[in-house]
Amino acid sequence: MIRFVLVRLFRALLTIMAVVTFAFVVLRMSGDPATVMLGPDVPKEAVDAFRKAWGLDQPLWIQYLAYIKSIFTGDFGVSMRDKASALNLVLERVPATLQLTIPALILKLIFGIPSGVYAALHRQSFSDRGVILLAVLGFTIPSFVMGLLLVLIFSVILGWLPSGGQDTWMHGILPTLTMSIGGIGILARFSRSAMIEVMGQPYIRTASAKGLTWRDVVWNHALPNAAVPIVTIVGFMVGSLIAGAVVVESIFSWPGIGRLLVVSVTNRDLAVVQCILLIIAVAMVLSNLVVDLLYGWLDPRLRSHAAGH
Amino acid sequence: MATVDLAATPASGKPNRLISFLRRNVPLSVAFGLLWLAAMVLTAVFADYIRPFNITAMDLGSRLSAPGGLKHLLGTDELGRDVLSRLIQSIRVSLVIAFGATILSALFGTLLGFLAARFRGFVEHLVLMLADFQAALPFLIMSLAVLAFFGSSMLLLVCLMGFYGWERYARIARGLAISAGAQGYAAAVVQLGATPSRVYLHHILPNVASTLIVSMTLTFPEIILMESGLSFLGLGVQPPETSLGNMVGFGREYLTRAPWIMLAPAAVIMLTTLSISLVGDWLRDKLDPTIR
Repeated sequence: MIRFVLVRLFRALLTIMAVVTFAFVVLRMSGDPATVMLGPDVPKEAVDAFRKAWGLDQPLWIQYLAYIKSIFTGDFGVSMRDKASALNLVLERVPATLQLTIPALILKLIFGIPSGVYAALHRQSFSDRGVILLAVLGFTIPSFVMGLLLVLIFSVILGWLPSGGQDTWMHGILPTLTMSIGGIGILARFSRSAMIEVMGQPYIRTASAKGLTWRDVVWNHALPNAAVPIVTIVGFMVGSLIAGAVVVESIFSWPGIGRLLVVSVTNRDLAVVQCILLIIAVAMVLSNLVVDLLYGWLDPRLRSHAAGH
Repeated sequence: MATVDLAATPASGKPNRLISFLRRNVPLSVAFGLLWLAAMVLTAVFADYIRPFNITAMDLGSRLSAPGGLKHLLGTDELGRDVLSRLIQSIRVSLVIAFGATILSALFGTLLGFLAARFRGFVEHLVLMLADFQAALPFLIMSLAVLAFFGSSMLLLVCLMGFYGWERYARIARGLAISAGAQGYAAAVVQLGATPSRVYLHHILPNVASTLIVSMTLTFPEIILMESGLSFLGLGVQPPETSLGNMVGFGREYLTRAPWIMLAPAAVIMLTTLSISLVGDWLRDKLDPTIR
């Protein structure tokens, strides 16, 4: 088990390093920082002085090491627009994003998984078809269309809910709904197919044949086995708690990470963009790591197999 | 796309028999999907001929006019530009981007997957690590970062979208190629002296093609959604060029006064992705040997 955890930890670290390298390469490829900062018409001495001051005259690999060192000491540079620390600027926005994504995740879990499982246990019934239809719609309606349709219905036509901003809890309803509807569909579809596959297995027949109640079969034999694929997709949703609201925050002018990212991209505020990039990657990698470890806990067969790989 | 043609062109001779054959073998929803996709492809191909107005032609006398008028069937936008014409051009741009990007990512991913299967060892680890990296960074975020650093252009957008989903093809191609290598036929042609490229392109590729095509039908709508998402945020296709997401993005500002500007492209996006999913699911049941 320790070996399994260590292998996973090493891979997670490797992935984070790959993201850091990606940020460094893209940053350097997008132009000489000296000319970007100083403008095209400065004398050569000023450019040289600037390059020396910022270490840009060093070989590339020394710059790379210095970059990694600054990243790991929490120095992500300074926002070009606000002249504030990029990291602080980004961290300030995290709570606003989580205010939307955590309720949305809870909605996805409490509606998505039960409806998928119910549909799988009542195949070909009316409710099964309804769940499939909703799941397909959830898949195919992009969140920006869903968001605008909800605004059109609930703000413009009915006038019940505000269409943007972050003043009261009422403002959070439409963005949360927008994010959760698609996710409920995806989760329902995954749970349904996972459950259908498990219910066709011989051990379910065995469990029924030895006289267990239907309830016992479903709760103690089917659900734990269907959990592995469901945990995968839930893990992905947890990982995107920070990143998942880019479009929705833009629609509802919600001051979270996603809004900051879009604004920074438009203004080409590189320090903020790369800071967000790294934070999101770390969140994704961590949740993938947790999912991998959960696999080992849920399914002992994967433990030895994965470590041997 | 070949299936679209098959279904759309009636075979010579007995049309009644063909119709009853189709009715038995093609579910209604799939038939709808195929028809809608055929219509979209035709729209994209003949956009220049069926567009009633130029996409930048302004009719300042009838700005924000509602749909249903004889002159402007789907109404006009804030500058009096014909929504139908812009919609037709948007369908073309979005489909061309999605189509080009799907092909690119299928080629790139399959190539990397085959390389991983052929050389194993270091190359395989490198490819798998790249796939991990791709999975660690949501694609929308990565695209936003690249667009922030380089600015937006059409070529960059297609290339960027061409990276979407490559890791899926790479994993599939690698897995299938490794298992094909263990089967008799690949070993047999190697024994006959075939070069590696011949083994992979002439013998293994045809055997794994159906699975790859199915995953292309999964990637295609996702690329349409990704491109329209980026364009919606104002970071994808740039004006004066137009795309479906870009139209929704600009229409959003007139949501209260002229919702049709945004509803028409939104409906096209939904119907297109829905059709591809329906057809793709059906194709998977028909073609994919791994789920039988």
